[in-house]
Amino acid sequence: MQWETVIGLEIHAQLATRSKIFSGASTAYGAEPNTQACLVSLGMPGVLPVLNREVVRMAIMFGTAIDAELGRRNVFARKNYFYPDLPKGYQISQFELPIVGPGQVEISVDGESKTIGVTRAHLEEDAGKSLHEDFRGMTGIDLNRAGTPLLEIVSEPDMRSAKEAVAYARKIHQIVRYLGICDGNMQEGSFRCDANVSVKLKEHTEFGTRAELKNINSFRFLERAINFEVERQIDLIESGGKVVQETRLYDADKDETRSMRSKEEANDYRYFPDPDLLPVEISDAMIDDVKSALPEMPDMRRDRFESDFELSQQDAESLTASREMADYFETANAIAGDAKLTANWIMGELSAAMNREGRDIVTSPVTAELLGGMVRRIADKTISGKLAKDVFEAMWNGEGSADAIIEAKGLKQITDTGAIEAIVDEVLASNPQQVENYRNAPDDKKGKMIGFFVGQVMKMSKGKANPQQVNQLLREKL
Amino acid sequence: MSFDQSDVEKIAHLARLAVPAGEARALGGDLSRILDLVAQMEQVDTSTVEPMAHPLQMTQRLREDRVTEENQRELYQSVAPATEKGLYLVPRVIE
Repeated sequence: MQWETVIGLEIHAQLATRSKIFSGASTAYGAEPNTQACLVSLGMPGVLPVLNREVVRMAIMFGTAIDAELGRRNVFARKNYFYPDLPKGYQISQFELPIVGPGQVEISVDGESKTIGVTRAHLEEDAGKSLHEDFRGMTGIDLNRAGTPLLEIVSEPDMRSAKEAVAYARKIHQIVRYLGICDGNMQEGSFRCDANVSVKLKEHTEFGTRAELKNINSFRFLERAINFEVERQIDLIESGGKVVQETRLYDADKDETRSMRSKEEANDYRYFPDPDLLPVEISDAMIDDVKSALPEMPDMRRDRFESDFELSQQDAESLTASREMADYFETANAIAGDAKLTANWIMGELSAAMNREGRDIVTSPVTAELLGGMVRRIADKTISGKLAKDVFEAMWNGEGSADAIIEAKGLKQITDTGAIEAIVDEVLASNPQQVENYRNAPDDKKGKMIGFFVGQVMKMSKGKANPQQVNQLLREKL
Repeated sequence: MSFDQSDVEKIAHLARLAVPAGEARALGGDLSRILDLVAQMEQVDTSTVEPMAHPLQMTQRLREDRVTEENQRELYQSVAPATEKGLYLVPRVIE
Protein backbone atom coordinates (compact mmCIF):
# COMPACT_ATOMS: atom_id res chain seq x y z
CA MET A 1 0.00 0.00 0.00
CA GLN A 2 1.19 3.51 -0.86
CA TRP A 3 0.68 5.88 2.04
CA GLU A 4 0.70 9.65 1.88
CA THR A 5 1.32 11.94 4.83
CA VAL A 6 -0.69 15.12 5.30
CA ILE A 7 0.66 17.80 7.63
CA GLY A 8 -0.56 21.19 8.74
CA LEU A 9 1.29 23.34 11.26
CA GLU A 10 0.14 25.73 13.93
CA ILE A 11 2.95 28.02 14.92
CA HIS A 12 2.82 30.27 17.95
CA ALA A 13 5.21 33.18 17.57
CA GLN A 14 5.66 35.28 20.67
CA LEU A 15 5.64 38.91 19.57
CA ALA A 16 8.68 40.89 20.69
CA THR A 17 6.90 43.70 22.50
CA ARG A 18 8.03 45.30 25.72
CA SER A 19 4.64 45.04 27.41
CA LYS A 20 1.84 42.48 27.34
CA ILE A 21 -0.96 42.37 24.80
CA PHE A 22 -3.64 43.80 27.08
CA SER A 23 -1.71 45.40 29.95
CA GLY A 24 1.42 47.38 30.81
CA ALA A 25 3.18 44.46 32.53
CA SER A 26 6.64 43.56 31.24
CA THR A 27 7.19 40.57 28.93
CA ALA A 28 10.89 40.15 29.76
CA TYR A 29 11.94 36.50 29.94
CA GLY A 30 13.33 34.87 33.05
CA ALA A 31 11.99 37.15 35.80
CA GLU A 32 11.23 35.86 39.30
CA PRO A 33 7.82 34.11 39.38
CA ASN A 34 4.80 36.42 39.33
CA THR A 35 6.82 39.63 39.49
CA GLN A 36 5.41 40.53 36.06
CA ALA A 37 1.88 39.40 36.78
CA CYS A 38 -0.29 42.50 37.15
CA LEU A 39 -4.01 42.59 37.98
CA VAL A 40 -4.93 42.03 34.32
CA SER A 41 -2.54 39.06 34.06
CA LEU A 42 -4.06 37.65 37.23
CA GLY A 43 -7.57 37.95 35.83
CA MET A 44 -8.84 39.94 38.78
CA PRO A 45 -12.50 40.94 38.63
CA GLY A 46 -13.19 44.41 37.29
CA VAL A 47 -10.05 44.87 35.20
CA LEU A 48 -10.29 45.71 31.51
CA PRO A 49 -7.94 44.71 28.71
CA VAL A 50 -6.51 47.51 26.54
CA LEU A 51 -4.89 46.40 23.29
CA ASN A 52 -1.20 47.10 22.63
CA ARG A 53 -0.73 49.07 19.39
CA GLU A 54 2.59 47.39 18.64
CA VAL A 55 0.95 43.96 18.62
CA VAL A 56 -1.43 45.11 15.89
CA ARG A 57 1.41 46.65 13.92
CA MET A 58 3.48 43.44 14.11
CA ALA A 59 0.56 41.32 12.92
CA ILE A 60 0.09 43.66 9.95
CA MET A 61 3.82 43.33 9.18
CA PHE A 62 3.52 39.58 9.09
CA GLY A 63 0.37 39.69 6.96
CA THR A 64 2.05 42.04 4.51
CA ALA A 65 5.18 39.89 4.33
CA ILE A 66 3.24 36.76 3.35
CA ASP A 67 1.06 38.67 0.93
CA ALA A 68 -2.07 37.97 2.93
CA GLU A 69 -5.44 39.64 3.12
CA LEU A 70 -5.72 41.72 6.27
CA GLY A 71 -8.77 41.63 8.50
CA ARG A 72 -9.55 45.31 8.24
CA ARG A 73 -12.10 44.85 10.97
CA ASN A 74 -11.02 42.05 13.29
CA VAL A 75 -12.59 40.86 16.48
CA PHE A 76 -11.33 39.33 19.73
CA ALA A 77 -13.18 36.34 21.10
CA ARG A 78 -13.13 34.36 24.31
CA LYS A 79 -11.95 30.79 24.13
CA ASN A 80 -13.34 29.13 27.23
CA TYR A 81 -11.60 26.38 29.14
CA PHE A 82 -10.49 25.74 32.68
CA TYR A 83 -6.90 25.35 33.68
CA PRO A 84 -5.13 26.89 36.68
CA ASP A 85 -2.62 28.81 34.56
CA LEU A 86 -5.51 30.57 32.83
CA PRO A 87 -7.00 32.51 35.71
CA LYS A 88 -9.90 34.15 33.83
CA GLY A 89 -11.28 30.80 32.68
CA TYR A 90 -10.91 31.98 29.07
CA GLN A 91 -8.16 32.95 26.72
CA ILE A 92 -8.63 36.10 24.67
CA SER A 93 -8.05 35.02 21.09
CA GLN A 94 -9.54 35.61 17.65
CA PHE A 95 -11.94 33.24 15.99
CA GLU A 96 -14.17 34.21 13.08
CA LEU A 97 -12.49 37.46 12.16
CA PRO A 98 -8.69 37.14 12.54
CA ILE A 99 -6.29 39.98 11.82
CA VAL A 100 -4.46 38.10 9.03
CA GLY A 101 -6.41 36.18 6.39
CA PRO A 102 -5.20 33.79 3.69
CA GLY A 103 -1.62 34.18 2.46
CA GLN A 104 1.23 31.94 1.33
CA VAL A 105 4.95 31.25 1.54
CA GLU A 106 7.40 29.54 -0.77
CA ILE A 107 9.48 26.68 0.55
CA SER A 108 12.23 24.71 -1.10
CA VAL A 109 13.01 21.05 -0.41
CA ASP A 110 15.84 19.28 -2.24
CA GLY A 111 15.87 22.01 -4.86
CA GLU A 112 12.13 21.78 -5.54
CA SER A 113 10.03 24.76 -4.57
CA LYS A 114 6.47 24.57 -3.36
CA THR A 115 3.84 27.04 -2.20
CA ILE A 116 2.35 26.45 1.23
CA GLY A 117 -0.91 28.18 2.06
CA VAL A 118 -1.28 30.10 5.31
CA THR A 119 -4.93 29.85 6.30
CA ARG A 120 -4.83 32.65 8.83
CA ALA A 121 -2.85 34.25 11.63
CA HIS A 122 -4.55 35.56 14.69
CA LEU A 123 -3.62 37.41 17.86
CA GLU A 124 -4.06 35.91 21.28
CA GLU A 125 -2.68 36.03 24.80
CA ASP A 126 -0.42 33.36 26.21
CA ALA A 127 -1.34 31.45 29.37
CA GLY A 128 0.83 31.19 32.49
CA LYS A 129 3.04 28.29 33.49
CA SER A 130 2.19 25.35 35.73
CA LEU A 131 5.06 23.86 37.71
CA HIS A 132 4.25 20.33 38.61
CA GLU A 133 7.13 19.73 41.01
CA ASP A 134 5.90 18.83 44.38
CA PHE A 135 4.77 21.79 46.46
CA ARG A 136 3.26 19.85 49.35
CA GLY A 137 1.10 17.95 46.89
CA MET A 138 0.08 21.11 45.05
CA THR A 139 0.90 22.71 41.69
CA GLY A 140 2.78 26.01 41.50
CA ILE A 141 1.51 28.70 39.12
CA ASP A 142 3.65 31.43 37.57
CA LEU A 143 1.61 34.02 35.68
CA ASN A 144 4.50 36.09 34.30
CA ARG A 145 3.83 34.68 30.84
CA ALA A 146 0.06 35.15 31.07
CA GLY A 147 -0.92 37.90 28.65
CA THR A 148 2.24 37.73 26.53
CA PRO A 149 1.23 38.48 22.93
CA LEU A 150 1.20 35.57 20.50
CA LEU A 151 0.61 35.42 16.79
CA GLU A 152 -0.79 32.00 15.96
CA ILE A 153 -0.01 31.16 12.36
CA VAL A 154 -2.12 28.34 10.93
CA SER A 155 -1.11 26.64 7.71
CA GLU A 156 -3.20 24.75 5.19
CA PRO A 157 -2.66 20.96 5.28
CA ASP A 158 -0.32 21.43 2.31
CA MET A 159 2.76 19.56 3.49
CA ARG A 160 3.37 15.96 2.45
CA SER A 161 6.50 15.07 4.42
CA ALA A 162 8.31 15.89 7.65
CA LYS A 163 10.97 17.60 5.53
CA GLU A 164 8.42 19.93 3.97
CA ALA A 165 7.01 20.69 7.40
CA VAL A 166 10.46 21.61 8.67
CA ALA A 167 11.15 23.75 5.59
CA TYR A 168 7.87 25.59 6.14
CA ALA A 169 8.52 26.09 9.87
CA ARG A 170 12.01 27.38 9.08
CA LYS A 171 10.60 29.76 6.49
CA ILE A 172 8.07 31.21 8.95
CA HIS A 173 10.86 31.43 11.54
CA GLN A 174 13.04 33.28 9.06
CA ILE A 175 10.21 35.69 8.17
CA VAL A 176 9.34 36.63 11.77
CA ARG A 177 13.04 37.05 12.58
CA TYR A 178 13.63 39.26 9.52
CA LEU A 179 10.63 41.35 10.49
CA GLY A 180 11.99 41.59 14.03
CA ILE A 181 8.57 40.70 15.44
CA CYS A 182 9.71 37.53 17.27
CA ASP A 183 13.08 36.49 18.65
CA GLY A 184 12.48 32.94 17.40
CA ASN A 185 13.97 31.29 20.48
CA MET A 186 12.53 27.79 20.50
CA GLN A 187 14.13 26.70 23.79
CA GLU A 188 12.56 29.61 25.64
CA GLY A 189 9.27 28.91 23.89
CA SER A 190 9.06 32.13 21.87
CA PHE A 191 8.48 30.05 18.72
CA ARG A 192 6.41 26.91 19.17
CA CYS A 193 5.26 24.40 16.57
CA ASP A 194 2.29 22.09 16.82
CA ALA A 195 1.83 19.64 13.97
CA ASN A 196 -1.43 18.13 12.74
CA VAL A 197 -0.49 14.82 11.19
CA SER A 198 -2.59 12.25 9.36
CA VAL A 199 -2.00 9.56 6.78
CA LYS A 200 -4.12 8.38 3.86
CA LEU A 201 -3.78 6.01 0.96
CA LYS A 202 -2.24 7.78 -1.98
CA GLU A 203 -5.21 7.22 -4.25
CA HIS A 204 -7.68 8.58 -1.70
CA THR A 205 -8.56 12.24 -1.78
CA GLU A 206 -10.13 12.40 1.64
CA PHE A 207 -7.80 13.06 4.59
CA GLY A 208 -7.42 10.59 7.43
CA THR A 209 -8.06 11.29 11.10
CA ARG A 210 -5.35 13.54 12.46
CA ALA A 211 -3.39 13.69 15.67
CA GLU A 212 -2.07 16.98 16.99
CA LEU A 213 1.55 16.83 18.14
CA LYS A 214 2.68 19.23 20.83
CA ASN A 215 5.73 19.93 22.94
CA ILE A 216 8.16 20.21 20.04
CA ASN A 217 10.94 22.66 20.77
CA SER A 218 13.36 22.34 17.87
CA PHE A 219 13.24 21.83 14.12
CA ARG A 220 15.05 18.54 14.53
CA PHE A 221 12.40 17.29 16.95
CA LEU A 222 9.67 18.49 14.60
CA GLU A 223 11.00 16.20 11.90
CA ARG A 224 11.45 13.29 14.31
CA ALA A 225 8.06 13.69 15.95
CA ILE A 226 6.29 13.69 12.59
CA ASN A 227 8.23 10.70 11.32
CA PHE A 228 7.47 8.76 14.48
CA GLU A 229 3.80 9.66 14.32
CA VAL A 230 3.48 8.70 10.65
CA GLU A 231 4.98 5.27 11.39
CA ARG A 232 2.68 4.84 14.36
CA GLN A 233 -0.44 5.68 12.38
CA ILE A 234 0.47 3.44 9.45
CA ASP A 235 1.29 0.52 11.76
CA LEU A 236 -1.97 1.09 13.61
CA ILE A 237 -4.10 1.11 10.45
CA GLU A 238 -2.27 -1.82 8.84
CA SER A 239 -2.85 -3.92 11.94
CA GLY A 240 -6.57 -3.22 11.76
CA GLY A 241 -6.75 -0.31 14.21
CA LYS A 242 -8.11 3.20 13.83
CA VAL A 243 -6.46 6.56 14.43
CA VAL A 244 -8.34 8.65 16.98
CA GLN A 245 -8.35 12.42 16.93
CA GLU A 246 -6.30 13.46 19.93
CA THR A 247 -3.46 15.55 21.22
CA ARG A 248 -0.15 13.76 21.60
CA LEU A 249 2.97 14.96 23.36
CA TYR A 250 6.37 14.42 21.82
CA ASP A 251 8.95 12.99 24.18
CA ALA A 252 12.40 13.85 22.85
CA ASP A 253 14.24 11.52 25.24
CA LYS A 254 12.28 8.48 24.13
CA ASP A 255 11.74 9.82 20.60
CA GLU A 256 8.03 8.97 20.60
CA THR A 257 4.64 10.62 20.84
CA ARG A 258 2.27 9.85 23.68
CA SER A 259 -1.43 10.35 24.06
CA MET A 260 -2.43 13.22 26.35
CA ARG A 261 -5.61 11.52 27.39
CA SER A 262 -8.79 13.07 28.80
CA LYS A 263 -8.35 16.47 27.17
CA GLU A 264 -10.57 15.69 24.18
CA GLU A 265 -13.89 15.62 25.91
CA ALA A 266 -13.43 19.22 27.05
CA ASN A 267 -12.47 20.35 23.56
CA ASP A 268 -15.51 22.59 23.23
CA TYR A 269 -14.32 26.13 23.63
CA ARG A 270 -17.63 27.95 23.17
CA TYR A 271 -16.06 30.96 21.47
CA PHE A 272 -17.95 34.23 21.57
CA PRO A 273 -16.93 37.86 20.92
CA ASP A 274 -15.26 39.35 23.99
CA PRO A 275 -17.53 42.14 25.25
CA ASP A 276 -14.52 43.79 26.94
CA LEU A 277 -12.88 44.56 23.62
CA LEU A 278 -14.23 46.52 20.69
CA PRO A 279 -13.59 45.49 17.10
CA VAL A 280 -10.14 46.53 15.85
CA GLU A 281 -10.11 48.59 12.72
CA ILE A 282 -7.01 48.72 10.57
CA SER A 283 -6.71 51.98 8.71
CA ASP A 284 -5.00 52.56 5.37
CA ALA A 285 -2.56 54.80 7.22
CA MET A 286 -1.47 51.93 9.48
CA ILE A 287 -0.93 49.64 6.49
CA ASP A 288 1.02 52.28 4.56
CA ASP A 289 3.10 52.91 7.62
CA VAL A 290 4.00 49.25 7.92
CA LYS A 291 4.69 48.85 4.20
CA SER A 292 7.07 51.79 4.12
CA ALA A 293 9.05 50.37 7.05
CA LEU A 294 9.11 46.75 5.91
CA PRO A 295 12.67 45.38 5.63
CA GLU A 296 13.87 43.52 2.55
CA MET A 297 12.52 39.99 2.93
CA PRO A 298 14.79 36.91 2.75
CA ASP A 299 13.68 35.59 -0.66
CA MET A 300 14.19 38.98 -2.30
CA ARG A 301 17.50 39.45 -0.59
CA ARG A 302 18.68 36.02 -1.71
CA ASP A 303 17.78 36.83 -5.32
CA ARG A 304 19.55 40.18 -5.07
CA PHE A 305 22.69 38.52 -3.63
CA GLU A 306 22.68 36.13 -6.59
CA SER A 307 22.38 38.83 -9.20
CA ASP A 308 24.35 41.69 -7.62
CA PHE A 309 27.23 39.69 -6.20
CA GLU A 310 27.22 36.78 -8.66
CA LEU A 311 26.95 34.28 -5.83
CA SER A 312 25.62 30.78 -6.35
CA GLN A 313 22.05 30.13 -5.23
CA GLN A 314 23.32 27.96 -2.42
CA ASP A 315 25.73 30.63 -1.15
CA ALA A 316 23.07 33.31 -1.43
CA GLU A 317 20.67 31.07 0.48
CA SER A 318 23.15 30.47 3.31
CA LEU A 319 24.13 34.12 3.55
CA THR A 320 20.51 35.27 3.81
CA ALA A 321 19.44 32.58 6.29
CA SER A 322 19.13 35.27 8.92
CA ARG A 323 18.96 39.02 8.68
CA GLU A 324 22.03 39.31 10.93
CA MET A 325 24.01 37.01 8.63
CA ALA A 326 22.96 38.96 5.53
CA ASP A 327 23.83 42.27 7.20
CA TYR A 328 27.20 40.85 8.24
CA PHE A 329 27.96 39.80 4.68
CA GLU A 330 26.97 43.13 3.19
CA THR A 331 28.99 45.11 5.73
CA ALA A 332 32.07 42.92 5.29
CA ASN A 333 31.79 42.90 1.51
CA ALA A 334 31.47 46.67 1.31
CA ILE A 335 34.93 46.88 2.92
CA ALA A 336 36.50 43.85 1.22
CA GLY A 337 35.30 44.53 -2.31
CA ASP A 338 35.34 40.84 -3.24
CA ALA A 339 31.97 39.13 -2.75
CA LYS A 340 33.01 35.57 -3.53
CA LEU A 341 36.06 35.73 -1.29
CA THR A 342 34.05 37.34 1.53
CA ALA A 343 31.35 34.69 1.18
CA ASN A 344 33.94 31.90 1.32
CA TRP A 345 35.52 33.27 4.47
CA ILE A 346 32.15 33.66 6.20
CA MET A 347 30.98 30.16 5.31
CA GLY A 348 34.44 28.63 5.81
CA GLU A 349 36.78 29.83 8.57
CA LEU A 350 34.25 32.05 10.35
CA SER A 351 31.48 29.42 10.49
CA ALA A 352 33.94 26.76 11.62
CA ALA A 353 35.29 29.01 14.39
CA MET A 354 31.76 29.94 15.49
CA ASN A 355 30.71 26.28 15.63
CA ARG A 356 33.83 25.37 17.55
CA GLU A 357 33.45 28.12 20.13
CA GLY A 358 29.67 28.15 20.37
CA ARG A 359 29.33 31.67 18.98
CA ASP A 360 26.93 33.07 16.41
CA ILE A 361 27.19 35.83 13.87
CA VAL A 362 26.13 38.42 16.46
CA THR A 363 28.52 37.30 19.21
CA SER A 364 31.46 36.50 16.93
CA PRO A 365 34.58 38.35 18.14
CA VAL A 366 35.51 38.82 14.48
CA THR A 367 33.06 41.51 13.43
CA ALA A 368 31.99 42.20 9.85
CA GLU A 369 34.32 45.22 9.82
CA LEU A 370 37.29 43.10 10.95
CA LEU A 371 36.61 40.33 8.47
CA GLY A 372 36.04 42.80 5.64
CA GLY A 373 39.35 44.51 6.45
CA MET A 374 41.17 41.21 6.30
CA VAL A 375 39.57 40.00 3.06
CA ARG A 376 40.54 43.30 1.48
CA ARG A 377 44.19 42.53 2.28
CA ILE A 378 43.87 39.13 0.63
CA ALA A 379 42.20 40.65 -2.39
CA ASP A 380 44.89 43.31 -2.81
CA LYS A 381 47.59 40.63 -2.29
CA THR A 382 49.04 42.18 0.86
CA ILE A 383 48.76 38.75 2.48
CA SER A 384 48.38 35.28 1.08
CA GLY A 385 45.28 33.19 1.75
CA LYS A 386 47.45 30.88 3.84
CA LEU A 387 48.78 33.60 6.12
CA ALA A 388 45.28 35.08 6.32
CA LYS A 389 44.36 32.10 8.46
CA ASP A 390 46.90 33.25 11.04
CA VAL A 391 45.54 36.78 10.83
CA PHE A 392 42.00 35.46 11.28
CA GLU A 393 43.08 33.46 14.31
CA ALA A 394 44.69 36.55 15.83
CA MET A 395 41.58 38.66 15.15
CA TRP A 396 39.44 35.97 16.76
CA ASN A 397 41.68 36.20 19.83
CA GLY A 398 41.16 39.94 20.02
CA GLU A 399 44.54 41.09 18.74
CA GLY A 400 43.09 43.94 16.71
CA SER A 401 42.47 44.68 13.04
CA ALA A 402 44.01 42.77 10.16
CA ASP A 403 46.24 45.71 9.23
CA ALA A 404 47.54 46.00 12.79
CA ILE A 405 48.21 42.26 12.99
CA ILE A 406 49.93 42.13 9.59
CA GLU A 407 52.14 45.01 10.67
CA ALA A 408 52.89 43.64 14.14
CA LYS A 409 53.69 40.13 12.93
CA GLY A 410 55.38 41.17 9.73
CA LEU A 411 53.08 39.02 7.61
CA LYS A 412 53.10 41.26 4.57
CA GLN A 413 53.39 39.19 1.45
CA ILE A 414 56.60 39.65 -0.50
CA THR A 415 55.61 40.64 -4.01
CA ASP A 416 58.84 42.38 -4.91
CA THR A 417 60.21 40.22 -7.71
CA GLY A 418 63.81 41.03 -6.85
CA ALA A 419 63.41 39.86 -3.27
CA ILE A 420 61.71 36.63 -4.29
CA GLU A 421 64.29 36.02 -6.96
CA ALA A 422 67.07 36.27 -4.36
CA ILE A 423 65.38 33.58 -2.27
CA VAL A 424 64.74 31.37 -5.29
CA ASP A 425 68.41 31.63 -6.30
CA GLU A 426 69.50 30.70 -2.81
CA VAL A 427 67.22 27.65 -2.75
CA LEU A 428 68.45 26.46 -6.14
CA ALA A 429 72.09 26.98 -5.15
CA SER A 430 71.79 24.98 -1.98
CA ASN A 431 69.97 22.02 -3.61
CA PRO A 432 72.09 21.15 -6.64
CA GLN A 433 71.15 17.46 -6.57
CA GLN A 434 67.40 18.18 -6.67
CA VAL A 435 67.95 20.69 -9.48
CA GLU A 436 69.83 18.06 -11.42
CA ASN A 437 67.10 15.46 -10.86
CA TYR A 438 64.43 17.92 -11.93
CA ARG A 439 66.16 18.81 -15.14
CA ASN A 440 66.59 15.13 -16.07
CA ALA A 441 63.03 14.17 -15.20
CA PRO A 442 60.37 13.59 -17.88
CA ASP A 443 57.99 16.55 -18.36
CA ASP A 444 54.98 14.83 -16.81
CA LYS A 445 56.87 14.38 -13.53
CA LYS A 446 58.16 17.94 -13.37
CA GLY A 447 54.89 19.45 -12.20
CA LYS A 448 55.03 17.37 -9.08
CA MET A 449 58.72 17.84 -8.48
CA ILE A 450 58.55 21.61 -8.55
CA GLY A 451 56.54 21.43 -5.34
CA PHE A 452 59.73 20.71 -3.42
CA PHE A 453 61.32 23.98 -4.50
CA VAL A 454 58.15 25.99 -3.88
CA GLY A 455 58.03 24.54 -0.39
CA GLN A 456 61.67 25.50 0.28
CA VAL A 457 61.13 29.06 -0.94
CA MET A 458 57.99 29.47 1.12
CA LYS A 459 59.78 28.10 4.14
CA MET A 460 62.69 30.45 3.74
CA SER A 461 60.33 33.43 3.28
CA LYS A 462 58.29 32.36 6.31
CA GLY A 463 55.26 31.89 4.08
CA LYS A 464 55.33 35.47 2.89
CA ALA A 465 56.45 35.05 -0.71
CA ASN A 466 53.65 35.32 -3.24
CA PRO A 467 53.13 31.71 -4.37
CA GLN A 468 52.22 32.58 -7.97
CA GLN A 469 55.39 34.60 -8.39
CA VAL A 470 57.47 31.85 -6.77
CA ASN A 471 56.08 29.29 -9.19
CA GLN A 472 56.68 31.46 -12.17
CA LEU A 473 60.25 32.33 -11.22
CA LEU A 474 61.11 28.70 -10.50
CA ARG A 475 59.82 27.59 -13.87
CA GLU A 476 61.90 30.25 -15.57
CA LYS A 477 65.06 29.37 -13.72
CA LEU A 478 64.89 25.60 -13.78
CA MET B 1 -35.59 23.02 20.24
CA SER B 2 -35.37 20.38 22.89
CA PHE B 3 -32.64 20.37 25.45
CA ASP B 4 -32.47 17.11 27.30
CA GLN B 5 -30.86 16.12 30.52
CA SER B 6 -27.58 14.99 28.95
CA ASP B 7 -27.18 18.36 27.18
CA VAL B 8 -27.63 20.10 30.51
CA GLU B 9 -25.08 17.83 32.11
CA LYS B 10 -22.62 18.45 29.33
CA ILE B 11 -22.73 22.24 29.47
CA ALA B 12 -22.79 22.18 33.26
CA HIS B 13 -19.56 20.20 33.15
CA LEU B 14 -18.00 22.57 30.62
CA ALA B 15 -18.84 25.50 32.91
CA ARG B 16 -17.80 23.51 35.99
CA LEU B 17 -21.23 24.03 37.54
CA ALA B 18 -22.74 21.48 39.91
CA VAL B 19 -26.37 21.00 38.93
CA PRO B 20 -28.38 19.02 41.47
CA ALA B 21 -29.79 15.91 39.83
CA GLY B 22 -33.39 16.90 40.37
CA GLU B 23 -32.97 20.27 38.64
CA ALA B 24 -31.49 19.18 35.34
CA ARG B 25 -34.87 18.41 33.81
CA ALA B 26 -36.41 21.77 34.69
CA LEU B 27 -33.26 23.60 33.53
CA GLY B 28 -33.45 21.73 30.24
CA GLY B 29 -36.94 23.12 29.74
CA ASP B 30 -35.84 26.69 30.52
CA LEU B 31 -32.86 26.48 28.21
CA SER B 32 -35.04 25.04 25.43
CA ARG B 33 -37.33 28.05 25.63
CA ILE B 34 -34.35 30.41 25.32
CA LEU B 35 -33.17 28.51 22.26
CA ASP B 36 -36.69 28.61 20.82
CA LEU B 37 -36.47 32.38 20.92
CA VAL B 38 -33.12 32.21 19.11
CA ALA B 39 -34.66 29.89 16.53
CA GLN B 40 -37.47 32.38 16.01
CA MET B 41 -34.99 35.21 15.46
CA GLU B 42 -33.05 33.10 13.02
CA GLN B 43 -36.01 33.13 10.68
CA VAL B 44 -35.51 36.82 10.00
CA ASP B 45 -33.60 37.50 6.79
CA THR B 46 -30.30 39.02 7.94
CA SER B 47 -28.34 38.43 4.76
CA THR B 48 -27.77 42.16 4.28
CA VAL B 49 -26.92 42.88 7.91
CA GLU B 50 -23.31 42.93 9.03
CA PRO B 51 -22.79 40.74 12.09
CA MET B 52 -22.43 42.80 15.22
CA ALA B 53 -19.46 41.96 17.43
CA HIS B 54 -20.20 44.64 19.99
CA PRO B 55 -23.21 46.82 20.83
CA LEU B 56 -21.12 49.99 20.81
CA GLN B 57 -20.50 51.62 17.43
CA MET B 58 -16.88 52.29 18.26
CA THR B 59 -13.54 50.73 17.50
CA GLN B 60 -10.87 49.58 19.88
CA ARG B 61 -8.51 52.20 21.28
CA LEU B 62 -4.89 51.17 21.26
CA ARG B 63 -2.26 51.52 23.97
CA GLU B 64 1.39 52.48 23.45
CA ASP B 65 3.78 49.59 24.02
CA ARG B 66 5.18 50.76 27.34
CA VAL B 67 5.77 48.94 30.61
CA THR B 68 3.68 50.78 33.18
CA GLU B 69 3.20 48.07 35.79
CA GLU B 70 5.56 47.56 38.69
CA ASN B 71 6.13 44.41 40.67
CA GLN B 72 3.45 44.21 43.35
CA ARG B 73 3.65 40.50 43.95
CA GLU B 74 3.62 40.78 47.71
CA LEU B 75 0.45 42.85 47.71
CA TYR B 76 -1.36 40.59 45.21
CA GLN B 77 -0.30 37.41 46.95
CA SER B 78 -1.52 38.66 50.32
CA VAL B 79 -5.03 37.56 49.32
CA ALA B 80 -3.98 34.20 47.85
CA PRO B 81 -4.85 31.10 49.89
CA ALA B 82 -1.44 29.48 49.32
CA THR B 83 1.87 30.63 47.87
CA GLU B 84 5.41 29.35 47.89
CA LYS B 85 8.63 30.68 46.36
CA GLY B 86 6.60 33.38 44.64
CA LEU B 87 4.22 30.86 43.05
CA TYR B 88 0.49 30.64 43.56
CA LEU B 89 -0.33 27.13 44.77
CA VAL B 90 -3.39 25.32 43.48
CA PRO B 91 -4.68 21.77 43.86
CA ARG B 92 -2.60 19.41 41.78
CA VAL B 93 -3.71 19.37 38.13
CA ILE B 94 -1.95 16.24 36.93
CA GLU B 95 -2.08 12.90 38.58
